[in-house]
Amino acid sequence: MSAWHSARLVGRREQSRTGRTLLFDVPGWPGHLAGQHVDVRLSADDGYRAVRSYSLAAPARGTGIELGVQTVPGGEVSPYLAHELPVGAEVEVRGPLGGWFVWRPGQEDPVLLVAGGCGIVPLMGMVRSHRLEGSRAPMRLVYSVRDPGQVWYREELTTGTGAAAASRILYTRQAPPGSSRPPGHIGAGDLLPPEGAGRLPVLCFVCGPTGFVEHAAGLLSAAGHAPDRIRTERFG
Amino acid sequence: MSNFSPGFHGRTHRFEGRLPPGQYPTESFPVLSAGPTPHVPTEDWSFTVTAEQGRARRWDWEEMMSLPQEEVTVDIHCVTRWSKFDTVWRGVSVDTFLDGVETTADFAVAHGEGGYTTNLPLEDLRGGKAWLVHTYDGFPLSPEHGGPVRLLVPHLYFWKSAKWVTGLSLTLQDEPGFWEAAGYHNYGDPWREQRAWSD
Ligand SMILES: Cc1cc2nc3c(=O)[nH]c(=O)nc-3n(C[C@H](O)[C@H](O)[C@H](O)COP(=O)(O)OP(=O)(O)OC[C@H]3O[C@@H](n4cnc5c(N)ncnc54)[C@H](O)[C@@H]3O)c2cc1C
Repeated sequence: MSAWHSARLVGRREQSRTGRTLLFDVPGWPGHLAGQHVDVRLSADDGYRAVRSYSLAAPARGTGIELGVQTVPGGEVSPYLAHELPVGAEVEVRGPLGGWFVWRPGQEDPVLLVAGGCGIVPLMGMVRSHRLEGSRAPMRLVYSVRDPGQVWYREELTTGTGAAAASRILYTRQAPPGSSRPPGHIGAGDLLPPEGAGRLPVLCFVCGPTGFVEHAAGLLSAAGHAPDRIRTERFG
Repeated sequence: MSNFSPGFHGRTHRFEGRLPPGQYPTESFPVLSAGPTPHVPTEDWSFTVTAEQGRARRWDWEEMMSLPQEEVTVDIHCVTRWSKFDTVWRGVSVDTFLDGVETTADFAVAHGEGGYTTNLPLEDLRGGKAWLVHTYDGFPLSPEHGGPVRLLVPHLYFWKSAKWVTGLSLTLQDEPGFWEAAGYHNYGDPWREQRAWSD
């Protein structure tokens, strides 16, 4: 777990104006669980190094892993990864890391995923793992973004190519034309359990910026979900 | 010359010596918690020290506030890689709570509201190295940062500084806590970069 692997950037895809999907090939990658993250290490010529954590957006494809990076203006690492690292060049990664904010395909509990902004990344990993494994656990994704231009994984989430998880996108500032829900912050009514959950206790995963996670996890608590069934990860 | 990350320059060299390996300095105060933030009114808060034979001492909010108060300025280091310099806290030294507690225990488990636990050698809580704090930067400690009262053990990664702290059990055996059982390092020294089990 503590070894650094070299990781070659093999592809970059635009998710939004400031968000990019990065595909790396990591020889010797041991595989991972949905929800886990890696540490990415950058080195400057003078030996200086910087490390940040990034979540795994999809199950591994052999030695291929997928990350999703949102540019933080003025940030040391994210603008470099999202826009500058050349395809074909290498960084170092360490992982997989994290043992709590994870979803295992064998779990049958109904799952409610709540994403704010780039908090979608590890939750998308869960949606994809759920689909790949043909899991029968009821799963629902509620994804809050500022405006339609900020929706990552749009095709995959909206055209439902075999997706077993239902997903709903909420807009906080500006909704697409014809939306029935006016733009606004996520509310208690947006956080219903997945279809088919019945009265079973739901396992909730909440990820995003701190303010979003505080708000959403507070709503889930108030709705009666037990604190130990609400797993959170805060990105900044 | 490194073969990794061509064209990367970085910008935080000036903090070398003060910044543990793999950390970066932040001005903001990010939050790490496993679940929702509990809101504990000070009237309902209490802190209990339980020694290994089961003998317990308890302080409520007012009793805690009437103990000698200290102001401490320290650097803190989170395992998620941010460090924050010169954070200012107010509270009571853990020595004050342990004063007069009869124990031969070598270890302690700190308990937080909602079932959170974290383990430390008892020695790391003694000798002016740890506090129960209720004020941050001159204001009451907010719930997402562990208010009304959290543990502060600045020489270890910050997950050891249990939020919403409600008690301390003194134990003869070392008992891994919540993050420690989930793969974090048992001790958590930022200067030796003890993040995970295998570090
Ligand atoms: C477990 C974990 C998983 C993560 N997964 C992802 C992921 O999948 N995708 C992703 O894009 N990021 C993720 N992050 C956040 C990521 O690690 C970095 O914090 C982020 O990319 C900013 O780094 P930077 O070097 O660009 O900015 P820095 O140079 O570190 O910061 C620049 C300024 O922005 C502030 N800042 C730092 N981070 C944020 C933030 N997230 N939001 C707002 N302000 C911030 C800082 O306080 C500072 O003032 C994750 C974080 C953790 C702890």
